[in-house]
Amino acid sequence: MELIVSSLKSIAQVAADVLPVAVFLFLFHTVVLRRRIPYLARTLVGFGFVVIGLGLFLLGLELGLFPLGRLMAQQLTGADLIDSSQLVVSWSDYYWVYVFAFAVGFGTTVAEPALLAVAIKANEASGGAIHVWGLRVAVALGVAVGVMLGCFRIVTGTPLHWYIIGGYLLVVVQTAFSPRLIIPLAYDSGGVATSTVTVPLVAALGLGLSEAVPGRNPVLDGFGLIAFACLFPIISVLGYAQLTELRQRRAARQARSELTETSIEKHPEE
Amino acid sequence: MFWRQTMGSVRDLLPIVLVIAVFQVFILQRPLAELFALAEGALLVVLGLTLFIYGLELALFPIGEALAYALARKGSVPWLVTFAFLLGFGTTIAEPALIAVSSEAANVASAAGSIADTDLARENYALALRLTVGCSVGVALVLGVGRIIMDWSLPKLIIAGYAIVVLITFAAPAEIIGIAYDSGAVTTSTVTVPLVTALGIGLASSLGDRNPMTDGFGLIAFASLMPIVFVMCFGMVVAWS
Repeated sequence: MELIVSSLKSIAQVAADVLPVAVFLFLFHTVVLRRRIPYLARTLVGFGFVVIGLGLFLLGLELGLFPLGRLMAQQLTGADLIDSSQLVVSWSDYYWVYVFAFAVGFGTTVAEPALLAVAIKANEASGGAIHVWGLRVAVALGVAVGVMLGCFRIVTGTPLHWYIIGGYLLVVVQTAFSPRLIIPLAYDSGGVATSTVTVPLVAALGLGLSEAVPGRNPVLDGFGLIAFACLFPIISVLGYAQLTELRQRRAARQARSELTETSIEKHPEE
Repeated sequence: MFWRQTMGSVRDLLPIVLVIAVFQVFILQRPLAELFALAEGALLVVLGLTLFIYGLELALFPIGEALAYALARKGSVPWLVTFAFLLGFGTTIAEPALIAVSSEAANVASAAGSIADTDLARENYALALRLTVGCSVGVALVLGVGRIIMDWSLPKLIIAGYAIVVLITFAAPAEIIGIAYDSGAVTTSTVTVPLVTALGIGLASSLGDRNPMTDGFGLIAFASLMPIVFVMCFGMVVAWS
């Protein structure tokens, strides 16, 4: 009963949010383009689904994913995993936090359907040079390392902007040396990798961690994990593309040298 | 289609559940408190996400894409710019991940005492943050559309944008920086990306000699850059007032 009431409340709130978007689309379509909306009934039903779905989703986040992210952060920094007999707990004592961050980042990304679609497209566009699995693993490793490094930053309390600025500088340098085809794909991979389900969990993990680690402040340290999760896939995908190109070039050089060797062997009398 | 979408939502959530289950059973080795409430929440997430995306595909995406293509073909620059702004603004306001993150940001701000500890103050803060991000994505799309029409160089604009981000970072209050960087990543998600891509591709293909892939991408890149700048400015305004 309580659940039904809170569901209805959440749906009503979302309806107020989505209404302006719907009105704007309808107005633009009928007034500016002077066209009737095709399949009006279907469209209205669709908007109904959007509102109900978003309302239930946000309620589910509040009841499920947010508490879960915080709970994990609390338990992973709890007394039975961290040896609190020492006076100062060093950053390396939080290794279970890093393992968890890596696992969540990797697991959620490898299974992401949107990423699979992009990987297949990239495979076709590159004529098979970029492997579907290679790209998926590259993006997943990027997100995993990103979330892990983000947790390390929260534990140590070092300033976020140095990591992000450093990361973007690396991206700029890598961009200059990467095959042109992969660049748009790499820049998009971060956004593709972080799904609507992953973002709230990762955000809650960061906030929970900043509350649980002594000396950290959620206001200063709690945010930034999502930025890490979006930045590092760019680096890993560009790196993967560079590796692929290097390997191709080496293979081509090898093939060429073998070819000249055989041609020499074939005509030794000349 | 509905069934396929349900499986998609389950697949989104499954890795998280698996990783957490492994950690609970093998490493933490303790029963998860409030398991029932958590399962209830997970169920709502799957159900809600399914209905949401199903509804988007039924209603919002066809209209939005048709509009984007039609306006791009029509070639009226004022309408195109208006549409680009409203599209960026509207889709960002409805982005679920942004709603979630902005309400968390409001909770943190009120716990730290930078805003009053009331529901109203929190709601206002979260709404102001979302409106700021919405405006920023709107401006980003206007800039992106302008770039496609005028054929400005994308890498130069992006690098200039990040230079501005770096400069403002040193002027902005420390507590907004994390939220600002996160909001840049949050905006390019479920609702925004398909519609913005449609706008970019429609525009690039109606202009002829452009490459739809790189031009559509340029819009997304702006949409994740601009919120960082705007939210840091928002933080400065909140800190001053």
